[in-house]
Amino acid sequence: MPEKPLTQHIRADRQALDLRAYESVGGYQGLRKALGGMTPQNVQQVVKDSGLRGRGGAGFPTGMKWSFTPMGADAPHPKYVVANADEMEPGTFKDRLLMEGNPHQLIEGLALAGFAIEADVAFIFIRGEYTLAQELLTRALAEAYSAGLLGKDILKSGYSLEMRLHVSGGRYMCGEETGLLNALEGKRANPRAKPPFPQVSGLWGKPTIVNNVETLSNVPHIVAKGAEWFKDLSASPDAGTKLYGASGKVKRPGIWELPMGTTIRELLEEHAGGMRDGVRFRGLLPGGASTDFLVEQHLDTPMDFSSVQNAGSRLGTGTMIVLDDQTCPVGMTSNLIAFFAQESCGWCTPCWSGLGWAKQILAAMEEGHGKEGDLDKLSFQSKFWSPGHTFCALAPGAAEPLQSALKFFREDFERHIREQRCPWGA
Amino acid sequence: MLTAEERQEIEAELEHYPTKQAVCIDAMKIVQRHRGWVSDESIRDIGELLDMSPADLDGVATFYNLIHRKPVGRHVVMVCNSVSCWIMGYETVRKHLTTRLGIDFGETTPDGRFTLLPIVCLGACDRAPAMMIDNQFYGDLDPAKIDQLLEEFK
Repeated sequence: MPEKPLTQHIRADRQALDLRAYESVGGYQGLRKALGGMTPQNVQQVVKDSGLRGRGGAGFPTGMKWSFTPMGADAPHPKYVVANADEMEPGTFKDRLLMEGNPHQLIEGLALAGFAIEADVAFIFIRGEYTLAQELLTRALAEAYSAGLLGKDILKSGYSLEMRLHVSGGRYMCGEETGLLNALEGKRANPRAKPPFPQVSGLWGKPTIVNNVETLSNVPHIVAKGAEWFKDLSASPDAGTKLYGASGKVKRPGIWELPMGTTIRELLEEHAGGMRDGVRFRGLLPGGASTDFLVEQHLDTPMDFSSVQNAGSRLGTGTMIVLDDQTCPVGMTSNLIAFFAQESCGWCTPCWSGLGWAKQILAAMEEGHGKEGDLDKLSFQSKFWSPGHTFCALAPGAAEPLQSALKFFREDFERHIREQRCPWGA
Repeated sequence: MLTAEERQEIEAELEHYPTKQAVCIDAMKIVQRHRGWVSDESIRDIGELLDMSPADLDGVATFYNLIHRKPVGRHVVMVCNSVSCWIMGYETVRKHLTTRLGIDFGETTPDGRFTLLPIVCLGACDRAPAMMIDNQFYGDLDPAKIDQLLEEFK
């Protein structure tokens, strides 16, 4: 059986591990080890050596991200670390499991990230709808404080870190790193121009690191067991395990922790149990709403960063959304673009204007009012949603499912226009 | 006027942040927890406490989908309309709820019992279609289950 460091101790009924239960299975050993003799640079180095890449969607190397933080006596303080627990990417439901099942694992990972960059304050930025996770994290934070694992002079090491849970007001843009920083400052979650990067000038102008929940949950294990151990968990050049998921009309939708690089086919057929009776596979978004469709010919693609990219999509969050033959691909695309149009913060013109336009075209097409030239308009519009035309990744993320749908399901779009109706009866 | 309790809760948050504005979303949520929504009067009162103009604060309030700037019913039903739920039967759920409650999204039943709102992906796509009622999550919905749930919220 392959190792599952992130989820092996999560109980089947998801009853959260309290501090005692977490410590009885090796919890806080990573933090004890780091504070008991490692330097912040040592922690940065082991995470760098482990090859851990961000699990929130972008896949940036975690250790490298940390290494851009100014260190030492001259560094500005307070420095901040933030856990991005704003899981709002449609089709993504993995961080919920980690926080509901094992909240201390996240707290330990965030504390280690804090130690690694000599941070003074840590925030867990969680979406408002995750009410159970909020309750469990609140309880776990109180336990960690009373056990001396957070707060002043942690474990008598001389290192101090205050950690707070911050509940979001709710908006997809809060998941974008710099949007999240604005939200924490009590502003609209518009993105910020980079540079300066948050590592240098983040929250209130101070050095700030933002990492995803799954990314941080890996850190205690890497510190406790080492970089080589972490690399060996993987079946691909990208290290570690990955929480993969599937939703849509598969027999057993769910989340599974598996070696990084598990193929789409294995996920779909073995873990998700294949398609439900009576429906056939047509395609999937491999890692959330903002990734390109993949189809039958891509099923043997390993789900790691470079393989999925070579197949023409992105690993994203690793939780796939499956399209079946009884579901209209135009309707699905219309739903996705309506989401992005609604969540656009209004900051960049190609995003607020272009997405709104594309949303109208797609909705009209579904209602039987598609026009000649609509597909060209959609292609033309979505060209302006690419990186370089916008401040953040929202519009580029919207372009991915639209452009790939136009490529793989073009005949279905044309039929909508030709027949002036949705063949699936929408 | 903010109540003493509301003011106290907001001031407790202030200790943890370097600026007053950082607390404004929490402050609106505190008021909303007590009153159900955030009125123009509350916007003025919170703004005064945090040295923000009502316009600035309203700009923040209207950005976030969990801050209610209109009165809501005793229970808020938030139905996920994102992609996985859409595939798994969101339309059935929407039609059943709007018919059963006799209201559309953004409306409140005449008896003040329910407000119906759409919400983006609730992060439980293995249990689609899904919704929340107040702070509670419900998945694997069908019309019978919805009817049963609505009965529990008087």
